[in-house]
Amino acid sequence: MGLTLPVYLDNAATTRVDPRVVEAMLPYFTDVYGNPGSRNHRFGWASEAAVDAARKQAADLIGAQPKEIIFTSGSTEGNNLAIKGAAEMYAKKPTGQEGRGHVITAQHEHKAVLDPAKRLQKLGFDVTFLEPPADGVITAEQVKAAMRDDTILVSIMWANNEIGTINEVPKIGALCHERDVIFHTDATQWVGKMPTDVERDGIDLLTWSGHKIYGPKGIGGMYVRRRKPRVRVVAQIEGGGQERGYRSGTLNVPGIVGFGKACELCAQEMDSERERLLKLRTKLETELAKHIEHVQINGNKDKRLPNIMNMSFGFVEGEGLMMAIKDIAVSSGSACTSASLEPSYVLKSLGVGDDLAHSSLRLSMGRFTKEEEVDFAIEKITWAVHHLRELSPLWDMFKEGIDINAIEWQQH
Amino acid sequence: MAYSEKLIKHYEKPSNVGNFGTTAEVKQRQDIGVGVVGAPECGDVMQLQIKVDQSTGKIEDAKFKCFGCGSAIASSSVATEWIKGKTLDEAMAIKNTDIVEELALPPVKIHCSVLAEDSIKAAIKDYQKKNGIEAAQTHAH
Repeated sequence: MGLTLPVYLDNAATTRVDPRVVEAMLPYFTDVYGNPGSRNHRFGWASEAAVDAARKQAADLIGAQPKEIIFTSGSTEGNNLAIKGAAEMYAKKPTGQEGRGHVITAQHEHKAVLDPAKRLQKLGFDVTFLEPPADGVITAEQVKAAMRDDTILVSIMWANNEIGTINEVPKIGALCHERDVIFHTDATQWVGKMPTDVERDGIDLLTWSGHKIYGPKGIGGMYVRRRKPRVRVVAQIEGGGQERGYRSGTLNVPGIVGFGKACELCAQEMDSERERLLKLRTKLETELAKHIEHVQINGNKDKRLPNIMNMSFGFVEGEGLMMAIKDIAVSSGSACTSASLEPSYVLKSLGVGDDLAHSSLRLSMGRFTKEEEVDFAIEKITWAVHHLRELSPLWDMFKEGIDINAIEWQQH
Repeated sequence: MAYSEKLIKHYEKPSNVGNFGTTAEVKQRQDIGVGVVGAPECGDVMQLQIKVDQSTGKIEDAKFKCFGCGSAIASSSVATEWIKGKTLDEAMAIKNTDIVEELALPPVKIHCSVLAEDSIKAAIKDYQKKNGIEAAQTHAH
């Protein structure tokens, strides 16, 4: 098998849909197309049976009961529902008043958590955005120190999407349960890759997406605990009362079937997959560090998902680097990849300097990543960094012994 | 984002990469002006060095180094090509919008062309300062 270009190393952004998933979905477009809400004919029943089966597959992946799973359009919707919905449900005071309750989250969460949390501030809640330590790992101690008598909700992601670091989720869950605080975790990067048991791990609300686990886009799952304690959220999308009223809207049956199949495959394959990915990532990091001087891995090196690598290549700008390795699809923390001029807020929150944040690449591997693709990436990145350092005035200055941080730069 | 062919050409094979010596060396040279603009925290640093023929007052050679995205590298490359053979006044008159047009820079990359223009002006001013030439001829900006 030869190498096919371009090489895809951006599996933390989205994944290829597994062909087995597509196959499972196909009948639900043209053969079994009934609305599962149609309770009075067999078209509806057939679709309902398929949804029930998928709900079981999704529940099994995280150690939940099928009744505890709500289908959403993905983690953005799930996070909105979990955060706004739980805050509204457990608010200490009615709408329109201040001091409605305290919520804890962290600065390096995904925007789909940060923006709902900022919305809560406008709705009369107090929100603490924890500043992560330099290794990016939020500890239970840190959450504990931020807790107040009026804390109603903690939302801490399981693993970070940019650097792959793993927060102390089971400990944070236990802490929340001790204090009768609702615990939500955005597990988009975690579930399907790492063993998950919502009972053991003390989780009340958990959100994940199909498209990160080799399923289709536009479908996701949300776990809502039903006992010890029974957790409830206020619906954010209202209408026909589907999904026990938590999420109205006709169910996306082919998407749900694909999501269920994707969950089932992850449950079967994650153990061997994890080992394989870790080997690939270790090779990638070791080889790059061997061939290129002045690189740094961002985030805790051990408490990390096996498939994500975030590395800064000093004195080389991220987008320029991406252009030089255009046969490899990756992400960068550089500002130039987005419309804003700010580099990655995740790296900044860890205290990574703006210059090194601009110099970062995220490579994320997945089920379909082959070893020769990793080898290709090692070769190309090594070449590109050396080439761009030849072009870099900062590299010259560094080599001449000039302290770049001591220069008074003209900021634009 | 689709880049123009010209931009890609300048990025992949930039013209006039290099310098006329180390930072300390060029500082001593009367015939060389150096402009360094941008900041590492902003993700762009351009260094432009011009070598002026002191008998004709024309820029006889130019070299650049750039830490930045592809558009920044291409903009610097274009700037060095354009200023070679020009008088200081002529080089001063180059506008960032000319570079935007040449490379078909998308709106989010216009700041790269601004940096290139600024680096030309900074290098010329450095040369003038070294040689005691007042910026009397400098065009209003």
